[in-house]
Amino acid sequence: MSPEPTARLRVEFTLNDSPVRVDVDPAERLLDTLRYGLALTGTKEGCGEGECGACTVHLDGIPVMSCLVPSWQVGGRRVRTVESVSAEEVRPLLWTGATQCGACTPGVVMTALWIADHPELLQSHTVRELMAGNLCRCTGYDGITEGVEAMIASRGPGRAS
Amino acid sequence: MERIEGLAKLTGAERYVDDLAVEGVLWGMTVRSPAPRGRIRAIRFGDGVDWSEVVVVDHRDIPGENTVFLIEGDQPVLAADAVRHVHEPVVLVAHPSRETVRRAAREVSIEVDPGPAVLDFTEEPGPEILQHGDDNVFKRIEIVKGDVEAALASAARIVEGTYRTGSQEHVYLEPQGMLAWVEDGVVVVKGSLQCPYYVHKAMIRALDRGPDRVRVIQAPTGGGFGGKEEYPSMIALHAALLALKAGRPVKIVYDRDEDMVATTKRHPSWIRHRTGVDADGRLVAQDIEVVLDGGAYVTLSPVVLSRGVIHAAGPYACDHVRIRGRAVLTNSPPHGAFRGFGAPQTIFANERHMDRVAEAIGMDPIELRRRNLIRDGQSTATGQVIRDGTDRVAILERAVEVSRWSLRAADHRAFNASHPYLRRGMGLACFHHGAGFTGGGEVVLASRLEVAGLEGGRVEVRSANIEMGQGTLTVLGLEPRDVVIAEADTARVPNSGPTVASRTAMIVGRLVELACDDLRQRVGLSADDHGERVREAIARWREAHAEEPVGRAEYERPPGIEWDDDAYRGDAYAAFAWSVQVAEVEVDLRTCGARVTDFVAVQEVGRVLNPTLARGQIQGGVVQGIGWALMEDCLWERGAMANGQLTNYVIPTSEDVPPIRVLFLENPFPHGAQGAKGIGELPIDGPAPAVANAIARATGADPLEIPVTPERLATLLESASGTADPRVA
Amino acid sequence: MMRVLAPRSLDEALRLRAAEDAVPMAGGTDLLVHWPVRPETRERTYLDLWGLAELAGMRWRDGWLELGALATYWDVIRDRRADRELPILAEAARQVGAIQIQARGTWGGNIANASPAADGVPVLMACDATVVLSSLRGEREVPLEAFYLGYKEMDLAPDELVTAIRIPRLSRAVQRFVKVGSRRAQAIAKVGLALALSDAGWRCVAASVAPTVRRCPAIEAKLEEGWRPGSPDELIPAIRADVAPIDDLRSTAVYRERTMARVLFHAWPDGGGRA
Repeated sequence: MSPEPTARLRVEFTLNDSPVRVDVDPAERLLDTLRYGLALTGTKEGCGEGECGACTVHLDGIPVMSCLVPSWQVGGRRVRTVESVSAEEVRPLLWTGATQCGACTPGVVMTALWIADHPELLQSHTVRELMAGNLCRCTGYDGITEGVEAMIASRGPGRAS
Repeated sequence: MERIEGLAKLTGAERYVDDLAVEGVLWGMTVRSPAPRGRIRAIRFGDGVDWSEVVVVDHRDIPGENTVFLIEGDQPVLAADAVRHVHEPVVLVAHPSRETVRRAAREVSIEVDPGPAVLDFTEEPGPEILQHGDDNVFKRIEIVKGDVEAALASAARIVEGTYRTGSQEHVYLEPQGMLAWVEDGVVVVKGSLQCPYYVHKAMIRALDRGPDRVRVIQAPTGGGFGGKEEYPSMIALHAALLALKAGRPVKIVYDRDEDMVATTKRHPSWIRHRTGVDADGRLVAQDIEVVLDGGAYVTLSPVVLSRGVIHAAGPYACDHVRIRGRAVLTNSPPHGAFRGFGAPQTIFANERHMDRVAEAIGMDPIELRRRNLIRDGQSTATGQVIRDGTDRVAILERAVEVSRWSLRAADHRAFNASHPYLRRGMGLACFHHGAGFTGGGEVVLASRLEVAGLEGGRVEVRSANIEMGQGTLTVLGLEPRDVVIAEADTARVPNSGPTVASRTAMIVGRLVELACDDLRQRVGLSADDHGERVREAIARWREAHAEEPVGRAEYERPPGIEWDDDAYRGDAYAAFAWSVQVAEVEVDLRTCGARVTDFVAVQEVGRVLNPTLARGQIQGGVVQGIGWALMEDCLWERGAMANGQLTNYVIPTSEDVPPIRVLFLENPFPHGAQGAKGIGELPIDGPAPAVANAIARATGADPLEIPVTPERLATLLESASGTADPRVA
Repeated sequence: MMRVLAPRSLDEALRLRAAEDAVPMAGGTDLLVHWPVRPETRERTYLDLWGLAELAGMRWRDGWLELGALATYWDVIRDRRADRELPILAEAARQVGAIQIQARGTWGGNIANASPAADGVPVLMACDATVVLSSLRGEREVPLEAFYLGYKEMDLAPDELVTAIRIPRLSRAVQRFVKVGSRRAQAIAKVGLALALSDAGWRCVAASVAPTVRRCPAIEAKLEEGWRPGSPDELIPAIRADVAPIDDLRSTAVYRERTMARVLFHAWPDGGGRA
């Protein structure tokens, strides 16, 4: 016999600057809620083990693996996904060849945006170190790291958004 | 075009197969063999799930042949009474809830009476493990030029070596996935794939349907590298069978660990060289034996072997060559297409061997290459006379110059003598890669392509390869917004061949140009007309004819190409791209971990159509090659991958590789699109030998097998020194 | 059936901990790996600690640094004082891998996960950290070096939670952490080694070479003696007395033992082999 369906949990949080309310299965990961519950398919599942970074979103302003976040932990918090990203913000990535097949790209974009928003990080970290949680199999990483540098440069000195 | 597509990817708007919302869709899963070989004794269904809610499919549900047709028909869609590898598909289940279907799959147990299995591809099979023909050999190929035994007998010096390469998993970031449904009597599949017509061909046979009753659509595909060349036919059939039985759409998306262990990987290889050189260091004899592990079914092994043996002797001139290759059966999941397709394996062996030849005869490794690189007028191992005008020595010189080889070598000597545990070194690889299908392959493919004039004067490219916009822009002088790439849908586009074999830019790109010329003619223009005039002419033509103008092109073999498939002699490829790569490594003797600190890739690929794309192809291929050389280690247990998780099968992160420096030399190929030759596979051929050679120079170790993991290097160094303290100059 | 308990205060968390058989969850970076394909995870009750402010953050006291159990790796990486005074913590945190994991991985979670390959535990242990364990019955403090009793076994009662970690602010002349992984980032340690020297003496802590992260008393004794190895081989007897590496999917026992010897040799004070 199939087991009884589990009681759902209500979670209210801020998603891309708008309030959202969902009823989730306790076993839902934030990745599942975004992709299947809210039809926001921009965030991708690449591995389910927190290794590849394709599922990267911002939680309270910092990149996290959404495949490792239970949805019931985001209540009252701010989540930002790739759907909130404008073409202008990512245009610098276009010219450096930061994307080929695109499967890793949404995750790359979310981490890149965070770096570009915090350029002071480059005093203690390299771009490659900060991007190490986003695996890419197509580009060999130069297109991505140059893209991140171009994003930072395009914002001008001291102009974090 | 790439700007528009690129933006969709960067903003998450691109829809891959798992992003498509489909009304009433069921999730499908696969139940697989637990044993590497045996007879299926029973299939049991546990009671942890309500089976009345679950759709179940087995081999009896297959309307046509129980075969995933590719080259031969030996691989079943679903195992019937026998299994030949762990993870072989046996039963399919589907249910609206993904969690329930996972439970259902766990509730099915496949009981197998085990039989003796072939687990070592280098061993001669005894009678109890014969499963293919009378010797378990899928394919043999022999290339003979001159008299190698006589040449060896009179050679000044003979150098031998035996090399091994391990499997490699594609790790495309988007796992395999397929959607299937029935619409107006037509079975439709849409998914992550590289070759819609391969899938189409396999489906019409197994489903016993005419070509018009099966439709295959390529969704935006998140990486393939060959891993989605043949395997999608299997998963498409699975999804289709479930959809047919359920009467509802079905989606199958593999979990990453399932994808890693159950789908194809690069053919492992064992390669032996016996090389004769004369007193001046010229190659006089190359005797090469190549054995590939094909896994349990034939699939593409004959073609992988073909490309492997054709490249096995390298880009050198030698009058006496014998290459004997065979692809053999083992009871593991079939190995398949992976960027390079046999060449990375044989090129690793040849280029590592060349460095060892140089060392054995006391010659500088660059000088050895310089003396032996094939010049125009000389012939390859298959007797193909090279006359493309490319200055291959210039490629070598450029790579040496840009990598600052001599200067760095001096730096490294000083550094290595003084540092307590770091060692640095550089290594190179010289190689070539044939573009397009081997020999008569492109003729057999008979690729076709169309370009149509749409409303408003826009142009649509109809091809089975979807990254084909570039040529249209250039030939017709249009803006990206005026060009549409049709979805690769077998109901709408002709068969321009698979997206493999480094053929897309060169061959399909050329077809695009020809089709554009044809279109231009049809609408009454001349070759000088571009841009706005083309658009206007299309609009006028449409008005006058009440239908769309279509330009067509069909593949024509370039003149002067001749290939004998029985003797394996002649012009193996219409064009070769040439390359030299140099890797600089630093090895930490405390851990025996090596890292690449600089990498230079110099290549001649005819013409660079799009610098950003071309550079990206080279860099991506190089990093895949570096991963294969250093860290991508498949661990096998009972013919199955034991480390099928990204945490245990590791690929390079951004921190593991340096910037990859790329230089192109141009020598336009007259029969390729705007002079282009193939580029996709070339870059993955060189990194493994370049890195292994660099490690050898840095540490004095003699790696003969990749990946050169820290454990392997530690063993090599310790056995040389006999202690836990490998400090070898 | 999966259940979730979401206490709004530490008190409530302790009450639930005592009353229920629940798995405490911090950032989830260990517990959620492969969640959908591990059916046993669905039959559990989770105690969600992530929102408890009492467990977050870092507090610099006169004699010690107190990390809340939910202090993340990223918290430590960003902390200027930690960078100056306890660089070994930041070093280990940086090697945890990606920012996405550093942002959610917690020091308390790393301790409670009890992995022999833990990244945070070795450096904490090398700094004589103590673990604060709280329950309805009160609070007790256990030296981290005595906290692990065996493979995945902790001196942690079923009604207790790890609530804080205290690191004595000693003057440390030496702080070194070496993690040997399969690549530069995002790698599980094959061998981990933390070394520290303070007035309390030498500390040498090893990870991934025994069923638990542990101090290496034989090696520490050699360090205290002022003895210097002439080669990595000379360290093997002490290593064998202290640890017992195994073969697994990631590496081999032989490699681990010899690599530990070489790493230790080159990290040895006033030694390390000049060529």
